[in-house]
Amino acid sequence: MTYRLRVFAIGGFLSYRALFGWLNPYLFVIILLVPSVTQILFFAYLGRAAGVEDDTFYVVGNAVVAAAVPCLFGMADTITDERYTHTLSLLVVSPASRLALFLGRAAPVAANGAIVAGFAFVVGSLVLGVSVPLSALLPLALTILVTGLACTGLGIVNASLGLRWRESALLSNLILYFLLLAAGVNVPLDLLPGWLSTIAQGLPVTHGVEAARELVAGGSLADVLPLLGAELLVGLSYAALGLFLVRLFEAQARRGASLELA
Amino acid sequence: MRLARSLLVGWSLHFKQESRNPFFLYILIGTPLIYATMAYFLFRGGKQGDGLAAAALGTGFMGIWSLTTTAAAAALAQRRRSGLLELLVAAPLPFWAILAPITIAISALGVYSLLTSMLYVRVLYGVSLEIDDWLAFAVAVPLGILAIGMLGFMLGAAFVRFRAAWAVGNLFEFPVWTICGLLIPIAVLPAWVEPVAWLFAPTWAMNALRDAALGASTPWDDVAMCATLSVVYGVLGVLLLRFFLGAARRRGTLALS
Repeated sequence: MTYRLRVFAIGGFLSYRALFGWLNPYLFVIILLVPSVTQILFFAYLGRAAGVEDDTFYVVGNAVVAAAVPCLFGMADTITDERYTHTLSLLVVSPASRLALFLGRAAPVAANGAIVAGFAFVVGSLVLGVSVPLSALLPLALTILVTGLACTGLGIVNASLGLRWRESALLSNLILYFLLLAAGVNVPLDLLPGWLSTIAQGLPVTHGVEAARELVAGGSLADVLPLLGAELLVGLSYAALGLFLVRLFEAQARRGASLELA
Repeated sequence: MRLARSLLVGWSLHFKQESRNPFFLYILIGTPLIYATMAYFLFRGGKQGDGLAAAALGTGFMGIWSLTTTAAAAALAQRRRSGLLELLVAAPLPFWAILAPITIAISALGVYSLLTSMLYVRVLYGVSLEIDDWLAFAVAVPLGILAIGMLGFMLGAAFVRFRAAWAVGNLFEFPVWTICGLLIPIAVLPAWVEPVAWLFAPTWAMNALRDAALGASTPWDDVAMCATLSVVYGVLGVLLLRFFLGAARRRGTLALS
């Protein structure tokens, strides 16, 4: 148990540090913080031009989806960076618990996603003058954290695909774009075709964004608990699928000796 | 003659090479598809015909800019990582003649983005782009791409000291999408934004293509601005390269940045 905890905590911490190459924190600012705000401004003005929804809709939607960026890319990088530094094979032959290994890597990534989303929310609201009831702040923080966890679940699926496919950055972008389009972030779900809004119910972010919008509109935590439960359930489902796929692709890669070739 | 041949061979080589980069192709094809779809759903009901046709051009340019701002800005960092930068700097050819064909080739890949967006809205949404002035359109496309490529050249030169140049370049993605009128009419933005947008080639390239296609006004002044800005970016890029590379050579830090 202590051994698994060590893999979870120390492994996760080292992996997180390696993710950014913490020689200089400016990377954190220019990769995650600034683009999260410029994205909000782009969609807020696009929304104004289209005459669909107000600034609050876009600030909340894009702030919450900002959690997905570090979660998707961060988790994918935990595999691709290992391959790049030629340590993936060592990792795969190690007896370390995969559950502890990946959850250890997921925990700081999820927290990171929540921090980025929180930053985007605060700055986006200040810049565009979106007011948030004081009573909504704590429930909003919880909503953002739950969304970060759900996105990390999808990030684990994304990471597992990195065992089979070298172009994980491409895949992360593809998933992110799909979230922007279909998760109710920028286009209201009722404007999307029925099949697309049905798919959206199985995506992380969809329920988190809806909960955040309800809170900003004056709803209470009790009102949004079902939505948060749905968001968490979606995230846990993806995490379970991701861990299963890690096992599956790892076994396939070992059989085919294709780990470094993917 | 030797210089012209180097420019042409460099451009052709990099155009072919980068055309096989799956990530670049994804940006060029994925960006217009996703943003044209969003524009369609958002503008549906309020904006039709010319509006969506302009959106098709706009999302095409978004793809071009998205690739240029990251890939061109990182062109030198990539050569540094592959161990080529010192060899290229030491070559007898002026260094600008090595970098400019790379960044122009990257932005030239944008023709894929433009074609994708125009075909997409034509096939899926039935919006065809009737070109009002074919001559102006045929001139505006390469000049617009050249101007964006030269802006990428200037960014690449400015970020030569940054190991994470792609990330620094990426900072410009959403701001330029927002202020240059690619998808959002400039009239919706604060008044102070417009003069800032004039500094960026995508503003003029988009105006030129929109006017040539839709015939709202003459595109030739915008085409002229694309040519002018190409020269200005080129001169600034050469000066920046001279300054940064000179400093890096003096300190022996070319490979260390």
